[in-house]
Amino acid sequence: MNEIAVEAKGLKKTYEKVDAVKGVSFAIPKGELFGLIGPDGAGKTSIFRILTTLILPTEGKAEIFGNDVVKDYKKIRNNIGYMPQRFSLYQDLSVEENLNFFARVFGTSVQENYDLIKDIYIQIEPFKNRLAGKLSGGMKQKLALSCALIHSPDILILDEPTTGVDAVSRKEFWEMLIRLKQKGITIVVSTPYMDEANLCDRVALIQDGRIMKIDKPQNITNEFGRKLWAIKSENIYKLIQDLRQFEFIDTVYPFGEFIHITSKDNSMDINSLILLLKNNNHSKIEMLEVQPNIEDCFMELMNN
Amino acid sequence: MRKILYILQKEFIQIFRDKTMLPMIFGVPIIQLVVLVHAATLEMKSIDMFVVDKDLSSLSAKLVNKFEGSPFYTISGRSFSITDANKEIENNKADVILHIPHGFERNLLREKSSEIQLQIDGINGTAASLINAYSTSVISDFNKNIIVELTQMPQLAEMEPIEIQTSYWYNPELNYKTYMLPGILVILVSIISLFMTAMNIVREKEMGTIEQINVTPIRKHEFIIGKLVPFMIIALFELALGLTIGKLFFHIPVVGSVGLLFGFVLVYLLVVLSIGLLISTLASTQQQVMFISFFFMLVFILMSGIFTPTESMPMWAQKVNIINPFYYFMRVIRMILLKGSRFWDISYEFFSLLIYGSFMLGLAVWRYRKVA
Repeated sequence: MNEIAVEAKGLKKTYEKVDAVKGVSFAIPKGELFGLIGPDGAGKTSIFRILTTLILPTEGKAEIFGNDVVKDYKKIRNNIGYMPQRFSLYQDLSVEENLNFFARVFGTSVQENYDLIKDIYIQIEPFKNRLAGKLSGGMKQKLALSCALIHSPDILILDEPTTGVDAVSRKEFWEMLIRLKQKGITIVVSTPYMDEANLCDRVALIQDGRIMKIDKPQNITNEFGRKLWAIKSENIYKLIQDLRQFEFIDTVYPFGEFIHITSKDNSMDINSLILLLKNNNHSKIEMLEVQPNIEDCFMELMNN
Repeated sequence: MRKILYILQKEFIQIFRDKTMLPMIFGVPIIQLVVLVHAATLEMKSIDMFVVDKDLSSLSAKLVNKFEGSPFYTISGRSFSITDANKEIENNKADVILHIPHGFERNLLREKSSEIQLQIDGINGTAASLINAYSTSVISDFNKNIIVELTQMPQLAEMEPIEIQTSYWYNPELNYKTYMLPGILVILVSIISLFMTAMNIVREKEMGTIEQINVTPIRKHEFIIGKLVPFMIIALFELALGLTIGKLFFHIPVVGSVGLLFGFVLVYLLVVLSIGLLISTLASTQQQVMFISFFFMLVFILMSGIFTPTESMPMWAQKVNIINPFYYFMRVIRMILLKGSRFWDISYEFFSLLIYGSFMLGLAVWRYRKVA
């Protein structure tokens, strides 16, 4: 795992007056499943479009397997599989026609690389004569992945592949990615879903055009360094309001049915807090200490 | 090279799968040619004439009969009141009033001269001048006969010192269809190539498919060729279909070489397809393409000389026409089909378009590279 698949140094991208990417550097070793995690508008797509040679960086440079994204774009295009955020195959071509077309323009054939896509394609093969535009969301995504893989690229770049896809298809999709990784393909994937971060080897947390942290998901959560509590009561809304009033409480974020809180001196007494809340007319209070996850870390980093 | 073939294959699958494309390719030319050639005619076939005959003499009846007997006139009504007649014109029921005053016959017999009045609806200037010309010729014909009858000097009719014999070259019967059909073919071929090309390329942008294409090793020129060639083929097919329809159903003359015409059209398509490509680089949605190309097409068509001779346009308009590709094609198709012009006769248009086309293609490709 010494060989570097992707290397970005001080990438910047400015659109008119908006700075979408404000100096981003990272390196991804070959064979890694790398996640770019961040909310909408953080600059993920811009970074991907630079890496896939679709746009030029305003500043900085990036290399894919040693090929510069500006100078050697032709070499890169032969060796990269890209799945844009939006479904970008021909909706008026059938599943099979799309696959054949993309295989041929890469100078290969579906038969030649069938092994690679077999697991994925087999699921949509019964619909091979159906127009791509008439497929369901999950199937479209499988077709898009098949088309991105058909020329057997060394690296896959997937821009929010699971956005707008149901939970089952999302899980299946990540299983497919992990299988592809085992075949030695470097995968760079972006997602706004923090829960998917744990499935990556390493993640970059990105916010407002800057990378806040790059590390293994485990390391990131370990570095949280403070106690984190989950709390809930009957009236969640009022609970948030009240917690934010307390001087000794630092952060308050709703998280599913619970609220995640941290305290300022990290030595908060659970019982005294519960008592305090009871005095504020809260009932059915539940409170427990939890392990921080990526989202907690993300929020934490955003505040610093 | 192989890649271009795959792109072409993909394009044709998409074009023929599109439910609106086949009717567009086959239906539109047939309908346009059949309907427009008949409809867009300047010949007046039914002039509604309102008669105010205050004389009610045998001569006035003869004059009215002469109009009635002409295939171009229908007598829409008669009255003794000129006010009634004016109302008919106001209500669009009549195109022209023939007003024969009291004493028409008497004056003609006694004084060898008499007056009648024609009042023509002038809303449409072209139609009004045609009605005037037709009516004047009917009356002068009547005049000639009347002189013969009244003076009993049959030889007088042959005493015209100068006899004018008109013969119209290249379209001896002044058949309007012969003139219009090539013009409509020009529009047809141009719309297909300009509009469809721009729409097709922008659709790739709109659907996002261009993103996927751009990360493949497909080169920009390969993509452009793959986009332009199908519409070039379709446009040539349209021309062939239109010419066949014209020959079979309208019997338009094809005096010149069809090969030369197609050769010229290839150069012409270079210009029009490039304009289509250029529009596609300026627009990001199909709706924008519609607006931009409609603007250009309307100006190009109206200034092309399809209805009105370009020579009668003001000088500045004739200068502007240098950049109007439709103008060149409009001239050349009529020259080749009706006149039988040879390459040397159309060489000015040919080379102008060749230079123009190379320039436009260069410009469009440069823009395309820059924005895509």
